[in-house]
Amino acid sequence: MASTPTRPDALIHARGLSKRFGDLVAVDAVDFDVNRGEAFGFLGPNGAGKTSTMRMIGCVSSPSGGVLRVLGMDPVHEGPRIRARLGVVPQSDTLDTELHVDENLFTYARYFGLPRDTARRRAEQLLDFVQLRDRAHDNVEFLSGGMKRRLTIARALVNEPELLLLDEPTTGLDPQARHLVWDRLYRLKQQGVTIVLTTHYMDEAEQLCDRLVVMDKAKIVAFGSPRSLIDQYSSREVLELRFPIDTTPALDGLDGLAERIEALPDRVLLYTSDGEAAAAAVHGRGLRPESILVRRSTLEDVFLRLTGRSLIE
Amino acid sequence: MTGAQHVLEHHLTVYRRTWKGSLFMSFLSPVLFLAAMGLGLGSLIARGPVRTIDGVSYLVFLAPGLLAASAMQAAFVETTYPIMARIQWQRTYEGMLATPIAVLDVLVGEFGWLTFRLALSSCAFFFVMLLFGTVHSVLAVLAIVAAILTGLAFAAPILSWTATRRTDQSFALIGRFVITPLFLLGGVFFPLHQLPQVIQGIAWLTPLAHGVALARSLSLGVLAPSAGIHLAVLLLYAAIGITAARITLQRRLVQ
Repeated sequence: MASTPTRPDALIHARGLSKRFGDLVAVDAVDFDVNRGEAFGFLGPNGAGKTSTMRMIGCVSSPSGGVLRVLGMDPVHEGPRIRARLGVVPQSDTLDTELHVDENLFTYARYFGLPRDTARRRAEQLLDFVQLRDRAHDNVEFLSGGMKRRLTIARALVNEPELLLLDEPTTGLDPQARHLVWDRLYRLKQQGVTIVLTTHYMDEAEQLCDRLVVMDKAKIVAFGSPRSLIDQYSSREVLELRFPIDTTPALDGLDGLAERIEALPDRVLLYTSDGEAAAAAVHGRGLRPESILVRRSTLEDVFLRLTGRSLIE
Repeated sequence: MTGAQHVLEHHLTVYRRTWKGSLFMSFLSPVLFLAAMGLGLGSLIARGPVRTIDGVSYLVFLAPGLLAASAMQAAFVETTYPIMARIQWQRTYEGMLATPIAVLDVLVGEFGWLTFRLALSSCAFFFVMLLFGTVHSVLAVLAIVAAILTGLAFAAPILSWTATRRTDQSFALIGRFVITPLFLLGGVFFPLHQLPQVIQGIAWLTPLAHGVALARSLSLGVLAPSAGIHLAVLLLYAAIGITAARITLQRRLVQ
């Protein structure tokens, strides 16, 4: 985005960043800056180019074009030096299933060249931080999905990284496990760790991100804080109507009731500043939806507005 | 290369969980083979018209060949499924590459581990040879080195192949059409010169025939000039394999 100011202290700086695999354009000339201390999100559906972008930042995939600086360095030539200061939580866990929980942390700390006693101390602290102390000597394969995810996060923290990259940190976790992960990430942010994450959950982005970019089809289609994106691309409230199957009225029957109307396969969304008033007006026209819900706009609505599609299909 | 050391350290940490079983097999397998083939079949040969093979008892002939062939099999096992696991089933390498460790570290560490693993099983095999009384020369200790090199001459090319695979389908085929025929026809159980010329020619193109010949002459205390050729072939296979593996692993892990 041309209007994004270039910050000299930006931890990540990307201009015209692209990634191609043969004919496939995975990332198409994206611009963004991530500042120290913030939580920055890439929101988008599967295949939008989020993971490819993360892999370039993590120095395990070289850009096909454009400029990328991570911690002020060039990822192509200074990969190991950059990675020494990064923490990476990949989309699928890469834990050592043959090793115990504490051994996973210790071995990983050694990869960063930490002396043995430091590695052991760090592993101890992190077991407490991710609340896995009582599972320290268990085999990793017996952990639940949420525990494995927490262990992966702990492992990414062994080198006390300045920048933590998380690729879909809570995909596949149950709500309780997700909230535990969010809570830990929130604490890290308060400790000053810069967090970059990808997600296709709008609630995750709203919970965690100070700023985010919305990606779709390899491009950035919008950027800003969750609040400003909602203000800019959606209305204050949304009226969701469900009609009995096969009786959804023609959209022109709802004409004029809202600033914007979206018809999804299973429901109709009316974007309006006053949901209750719109609901009354629907009744006034003699329409009888099966259910009516007035809610606040979310990033899901932003995404729908920008791309014409739902985030999770 | 501290990165490579940490990769090796990782593999050794995992090995601490499994060494008992694998070391037991390293002893059991030569005991069974040398007892059944060396003593069992060997006693028949001793009573037959030939009595000896190339001037020595069948057991003494067989043992160093099996030593080299076991290293080949160990190398095959270690560089197929476990490497596939580290690339894509468990993604061990992906985890390593998120740290200062680079692809070259992964490769060097992996070969350090393979050398250790081959050394361990070859030493176990050699110990069994001592028990069976087939060692008559100090030079025979060098047969362990010949076996390790035989293993690496197979490990390197197979690892470079594994790094290009998305499924494990081809591994069983390599076992069936490369490893097993070589084991049976590579000069382990009977002298190569008994085979038709064509098969001899093919056998000498592979590392196993050279590894077996080298291990055998060393175990008999002979250091013939041909040892240099055998050694060169083994090193060539290992060098080409490592170069290829460096390319294929880099392509696979860093896209």
